[in-house]
Amino acid sequence: MAVFSIPDIRMAGIAASVPRQEYNNRDYELISEKEKDTFIKIAGVEKRRVAVPGMTTSDLCFSAAHKLLEGLNWKTEDIELLIFVSQSRDYLIPATAGILQDRLGLPKSCMAFDISLGCSGYVYGLSVMGRMMANGAIKKGLFLVGDVSTQNTSFKDKSTFPLFGDAGSATAIEYVKGAAEMAFNLQTDGAGYKAIIIPDGGIRNFASRESFEYEEISEGITRNKLHIALDGLEVFNFSLREVAPNIRTLLKQVDKNVEDIDYFVMHQANRLMNETIRKQLKINPEKYPYSMGEYGNTSSASIPLTIAAALSEEISGKDLNMLFSGFGVGLSWGSVVLKTDKILCPEIIEL
Amino acid sequence: MLQIQRTIMIVIEEFIKGVEEEFEDMEQGKLKPDSAIKEHFTWDSINALIFIAHVNVEYDVVINADDLVNSNTVQDLYNVVSSKANAA
Repeated sequence: MAVFSIPDIRMAGIAASVPRQEYNNRDYELISEKEKDTFIKIAGVEKRRVAVPGMTTSDLCFSAAHKLLEGLNWKTEDIELLIFVSQSRDYLIPATAGILQDRLGLPKSCMAFDISLGCSGYVYGLSVMGRMMANGAIKKGLFLVGDVSTQNTSFKDKSTFPLFGDAGSATAIEYVKGAAEMAFNLQTDGAGYKAIIIPDGGIRNFASRESFEYEEISEGITRNKLHIALDGLEVFNFSLREVAPNIRTLLKQVDKNVEDIDYFVMHQANRLMNETIRKQLKINPEKYPYSMGEYGNTSSASIPLTIAAALSEEISGKDLNMLFSGFGVGLSWGSVVLKTDKILCPEIIEL
Repeated sequence: MLQIQRTIMIVIEEFIKGVEEEFEDMEQGKLKPDSAIKEHFTWDSINALIFIAHVNVEYDVVINADDLVNSNTVQDLYNVVSSKANAA
């Protein structure tokens, strides 16, 4: 079982960044007013931020990182690790982490690489950051996570178009001897890889003329093979089956129960799914913040964005016991329990 | 070896009440065990998810889309949920 703890790692700050351009789902004319009401109520997404063409995840992460480094007064030459987690990289080749290392003015002594994960990416990436830094050789690291998903949704697909929003984030991680342990439970089920997929444009199915041909999948769902396809029922059943047991196992491992956690910050999948998981675990709604109403499902950025949107005062003013849980595309899911000690969390940046 | 059988008794009236409460648009008190489901609501994707979530939280069972599509009456739905609850 991939259940393990990492000592001596401190989260120093979290910043999030979103595009200025807002899309209100009330303006989505492809569905009826009644469907809009139902969608907003059940899926829980009223508004979303949408990147203008050409604006990338790395642009959003750059602005978040810049603000965070400034706020923490960290010197760029001290940063020796940069990990970029995203499924919306700047180019197929090369990795985006290097582009960010250069743009942020980090030294050449900094190691930088990408991890390709979505909904679970923040939790997974945090475990890699922690493991790489836990022996003290690397003292300061930047963890940049986010997605521009809206470029890959079809306007004529009511199952994805109104759901996704764009966001980037930056988390500053430092080695501090004696910092409280972070404990992880990370899982995978690749048998479900088709449940959330962009079929063409990779090596398995090169982008071709056919990739751009629209196909009506069902009523209200028309897309091409470069658009994201979401099997809602499959993902829903996966999440109902796997997320709560993953969290229960982790809490048991660290000898805590639901009441010991101040906030459960979950991937913002959709309201019905998140509420069902909350009820399965009997979590008090006050401990279960949301950002999806204002920002949609922001893929890998959803956990840091929710913190910046709903908990910035709490996390910068108090010591907190936190549980983060990400679940979805892959299929991949994982949770982490950690303590934060009044970390920097500036206002959300608009780009 | 001592076998412990887990039996969950779900009373159909309570099952119906729960469903009616979950779907606010539905006229309360109209559903009966022999009611045809398609006369009361359609299994569009959102309704299906609401129902799946509801029985998961209430009865700790995971049902799939086929279970819904193959159920004609409220009694059929109840039987699916009830049998899965007892098989767990």
